[in-house]
Amino acid sequence: MQSQATYNYKVVRQFAIMTVVWGIVGMLVGVIAAAQLVWPELNVHEFLHFGRLRPLHTNAVIFAFGGCALFATSYYIVQRTCHTTLFAPALAGFTFWGWQLVIVLAAITLPLGYTSGKEYAELEWPIDILIAVVWVSYAIVFFGTIAKRKISHIYVANWFLGAFILTVALLHIVNSAAIPVSFSGMKSYSAYAGVQDAMIQWWYGHNAVGFFLTAGFLGMMYYFVPKQADRPVYSYRLSVVHFWALIFTYMWAGPHHLHYTALPDWTQSVGMVFSLILLAPSWGGMINGVMTLSGAWHKLRTDPILKFLITSLSFYGMSTFEGPMMSVKTVNALSHYTDWTVGHVHSGALGWVAMISIGSVYFLLPRLYGKSEMYSVKLINTHFWVATIGIVLYIASMWVAGVMQGLMWRATNPDGTLTYSFVESVKASYPFWTIRFVGGALFLAGMFIMFYNMVKTIAGEKAYNAPVVAPAAAHA
Amino acid sequence: MDINTLRIVVTVLGFVCFLGICAWAYSRHAQAGFDEAARLPLSDDDLPASGRLEKEGKTNG
Repeated sequence: MQSQATYNYKVVRQFAIMTVVWGIVGMLVGVIAAAQLVWPELNVHEFLHFGRLRPLHTNAVIFAFGGCALFATSYYIVQRTCHTTLFAPALAGFTFWGWQLVIVLAAITLPLGYTSGKEYAELEWPIDILIAVVWVSYAIVFFGTIAKRKISHIYVANWFLGAFILTVALLHIVNSAAIPVSFSGMKSYSAYAGVQDAMIQWWYGHNAVGFFLTAGFLGMMYYFVPKQADRPVYSYRLSVVHFWALIFTYMWAGPHHLHYTALPDWTQSVGMVFSLILLAPSWGGMINGVMTLSGAWHKLRTDPILKFLITSLSFYGMSTFEGPMMSVKTVNALSHYTDWTVGHVHSGALGWVAMISIGSVYFLLPRLYGKSEMYSVKLINTHFWVATIGIVLYIASMWVAGVMQGLMWRATNPDGTLTYSFVESVKASYPFWTIRFVGGALFLAGMFIMFYNMVKTIAGEKAYNAPVVAPAAAHA
Repeated sequence: MDINTLRIVVTVLGFVCFLGICAWAYSRHAQAGFDEAARLPLSDDDLPASGRLEKEGKTNG
């Protein structure tokens, strides 16, 4: 039975399209920054200097690309699995325009040099307030939709998405607390001081990874992997247990970003232990996603969207093994401040976050325009291979560069002096930075293929809003 | 009360709560509901009507 009402696909469409657009912008800035490391003469102007482009890159890929993907998929998933339209659709529309405004403001202020200096939270206070307003609106729309659901059970994907929305609100508001000193000068000072400020920053920073870049995208995984594979989640029980395990442990892992700093030693150890524990819930999610395909592995051969989704889970498993390992103090003594960290982050960001988003958007786009598949399935396959080769080049080069840098920095002569000066390690890194640039450029090229495929898919098509489907009798 | 006592209590309660969730999730009682919940997204046909016809002609999507 179908009622007259249709799902609110408009805001999903807007966010889905902007996911691809911001993906290209954010990754392009990343490729430029990578090129600047290889060819320093590319630092042509203070506005386009590496130090200003780098935070622009991280903000653009995490919050513009990743953020739009999360908005698009969460608005889609929550409507479909709750069998109801969005609560307060006008407010949902506001979250789209508000979020785009945040992104544009970031793209203007960061190159101009306005920054609060907190990693992944660089934006200055007036923008922080706008983010908080948009985010609270997002929470109202999402949880309002859950509240008016037509089905008693709340599907597991919504649990992950709900946790992501709630926690990011908490993280952003606490970490961005600051005393504004100038509006026109866009200047503020953190509400916290000294090592507390550092700890709060990395409590934020690591949970941005844990809830923005993990829980949110696990929500995506729990919907799109079963849908695309046409099989139920491998173990729903496991999804419940690893959800709560993630929630209970992620909050404590932040101190591993501050090993061997002024942070008390015991706090560092707590961070390390909880990071090690995190391996279990992370792999719970990875195994659950991959095993959903058990008995249907042949689908991987023919379905490039499934390739994106399952490969993203492999990278998720890899980077969540690497992360706990790097949080061990003795390993961290070698890896910290080297390119190994950069490789680790990109194994998660390109391999896990970007690939699951790309797969999900390929799933969504045709459905949002009343079609069953993308303009060219072959091009999705091409995109998959270009992106995968790009990631492998990127990560492998950063691993080698990172370990090499760590070993060079700690090498000492028999008389106790350092064997290498810092600049020698920079010089030795050039070949690997070149390989990284090529890897990043390949991944960006994949996004252009996606953009072309998207334009061809939606060109001349009318926007489609699916009718609201009443839940199957068994679930009502 | 010492603030640290409160912190210890909250941490231990959190852990006990997690054990409770595990026990519930692994109980026989929860299994039937889980099986049904896992099928939720699959029983929702989200392909547009025209696309569905196209799709039925193929071996799988």
